[in-house]
Amino acid sequence: MTLHNFIFGAYPYLAGTIFILGSWIRFDREQYTWKADSSQLLSNKNMRMASNLFHVGILGIFFGHMFGMLLPHAWWQMIATDVQHQWIAIYAGGVFGIMCLIGAIMLFWRRISNPRVKAVSRTRDTFIIGWLLVTVTLGLSTIFVSSGHAAHGDVSSMIALTEWVKSVATLSVNPNLIQDVSLIFKIHIFFGMTVFLVFPFTRLVHVWSIPLSYITRPYQIVRTKHVRMN
Amino acid sequence: MKVRAQIAMVLNLDKCIGCHTCSVTCKNIWSNRKGVEYAWFNNVESKPGIGYPKQWEDQDKWNGGWEKKNGKLELKAGGRASKLVNLFANPDMPEIDDYYEPFDFDYPKLQNKSLSEACPTARPVSQITGKPMEKIHWGPNWEDDLAGEFEARAKDKNFEGIEKQMYKDFENTFHMYLPRLCNHCLNPSCVASCPSGAMYKREEDGAVLIDQDKCRGWRMCVSACPYKKIYYNWESGKSEKCIMCYPRIESGMPMACAESCVGRIRYVGVILYDADRISDAAGPDDEQDLYQSQMDIFLDPNDPEVIKQALADEVPQSWIDAAQKSPVYKMAIDWKIAFPIHPEFRTLPMMWYVPPLSPVQSQIDQGNLPTEADGVIPKSEALRFPVKYLANLLTAGDEAPILSALNRMLAMRSNQRTIALEGHTNKEVLDQVGLSEEEAEEMYQMLGIANYEDRFVIPTSHEELRQEDPYAFQGQNGFAAGNTSSNGYDASSGFTLFPSSRKKTVIPISIVPPKK
Repeated sequence: MTLHNFIFGAYPYLAGTIFILGSWIRFDREQYTWKADSSQLLSNKNMRMASNLFHVGILGIFFGHMFGMLLPHAWWQMIATDVQHQWIAIYAGGVFGIMCLIGAIMLFWRRISNPRVKAVSRTRDTFIIGWLLVTVTLGLSTIFVSSGHAAHGDVSSMIALTEWVKSVATLSVNPNLIQDVSLIFKIHIFFGMTVFLVFPFTRLVHVWSIPLSYITRPYQIVRTKHVRMN
Repeated sequence: MKVRAQIAMVLNLDKCIGCHTCSVTCKNIWSNRKGVEYAWFNNVESKPGIGYPKQWEDQDKWNGGWEKKNGKLELKAGGRASKLVNLFANPDMPEIDDYYEPFDFDYPKLQNKSLSEACPTARPVSQITGKPMEKIHWGPNWEDDLAGEFEARAKDKNFEGIEKQMYKDFENTFHMYLPRLCNHCLNPSCVASCPSGAMYKREEDGAVLIDQDKCRGWRMCVSACPYKKIYYNWESGKSEKCIMCYPRIESGMPMACAESCVGRIRYVGVILYDADRISDAAGPDDEQDLYQSQMDIFLDPNDPEVIKQALADEVPQSWIDAAQKSPVYKMAIDWKIAFPIHPEFRTLPMMWYVPPLSPVQSQIDQGNLPTEADGVIPKSEALRFPVKYLANLLTAGDEAPILSALNRMLAMRSNQRTIALEGHTNKEVLDQVGLSEEEAEEMYQMLGIANYEDRFVIPTSHEELRQEDPYAFQGQNGFAAGNTSSNGYDASSGFTLFPSSRKKTVIPISIVPPKK
């Protein structure tokens, strides 16, 4: 097995399995560690800007990848040509990517320079924001390649990448599909998959707990200690 | 009608001496752990003053509590959608410096320092960064006994509508202590603003609690509580608060703060209320009606209808008995000398306060103050404390109930004086304030003597009858935080891939002098 085949044939499943099982085990056994782990109390300066840019950016990127790569090709062709699709990806990814990048830089800088935040940071806290920062930087730098392709109407890389993602998602992975795409895409993919690998061991688990149920919940909650056994 | 029982407290500010015993007791039991060094579930403030955290009463700044928006009761900081939009960075979140940077002193230095001309000093060490601090800027009782200049303390929100400049002068200054803890409100804004649904009010005794397993650290409760009595534990990443000492309450014991009060100012008892009418109680358009509307949903524990419904709603008989003897009910409803703190926040707080009298004996002796007929006890309007200030604190600015309460307390004293000196009751003075002789005697017993059995009427929670779901406890291990048996020194021992405790609390503990 070549390194390419390992990273794009086995690693997605390794990361995905650890992502799912690790999250499950932590949720089941370590509820007390399941939290957003905010440090806003210790330093509030620029947090509204930094945190909102970062979160909106990264959520935009996440859903962009989902819709762009997992929707069936035929569906996309109904609303846009492949070249248009690629430009949408470039612009949306660019906007959200830059938001995320600025936010991540601010948060990373805060984490390593603010004395209070630095003092309470675990290694993995600093690591994960740094890793995300590198990942989004890599993601943004793919734009230089893909916009060059798009300018010449060459959508082969995009098609290859989406087909590969679909092959992973449908458990029929074919690493050969992206054998020939530019190296920058491959590095970005590796960094992205690694985010899922380390996800259960970091503060990222709070993503699972987006409190959407709050929208429909009655404001007040009353609990009783007594179990009524009828 | 849905009858629910609530453990409530009255704090008699007239007798608070500001010794901080309650705060220290509480701290030693509940918040001496890493991450909550700065948190005082119970603290005592000197009033007038801006308090802890700074300016907590100013909801224009913090957006805590509820407000009426277009005739509807809504969280002041915004409703559900706004909570989710602000999830990434809470715009109303206080910073640690609004409380204070927690510190300890480098005491070993005093012992370990080698011989020198200058006296060694124990410098403050930050309990967050572990680094020495140049200067301590603020603390939980920074304004203790009116410390600091008047201009700073005068930012106190309760000065609203008062010509405060005259109180700047030493001759006119006034002062009281205000012990504060979680109010275990009937309409808690913290519970309402918790996106995770981790916060709840307990049906049996009304304690407002945070499920530490379900809390995700979104910190909306911290800003939503207008009393700023929810604290974010920066170590665990979860919010924590006063738990009403529920392990003690469940076994019929008063909270640690109440039991340890040397001034005997705290009273704990049961209040029955109509849970169906909570929104009515929190909803009057005029803020000054809130004191009355809250009293309106308290139920008379001697009313046969109430008793019948209470039993139907599974309130134990022992709780109804306790409600009938409740010191809180007596002071709040029968005598009307206790008031909810800042009812205008619309959370229906259940820690009530008896306003302080503040006579100036030397002024009375010199005949400078108007007195009652006995020539000794001053008139309530002539007290040192501006009634408006107390009204801003306790009745949303309505002075009449405060004056009535002060007059009743003065009449009780005057009557007691006549009994002691002349051997008979003073019917005239009691009639003026609408107190019967029996009531005055009972008030005297409750406020003056304050026996333990009178102050604390707390039924047990009948754990012996409790049916628990044993499956719910599977995998849990008691009071421990996380999977280890303590959050102390052994918390991060053992191997786990998941994040455990951060580094240890910074406590300089090398008390043995170094070897030469």
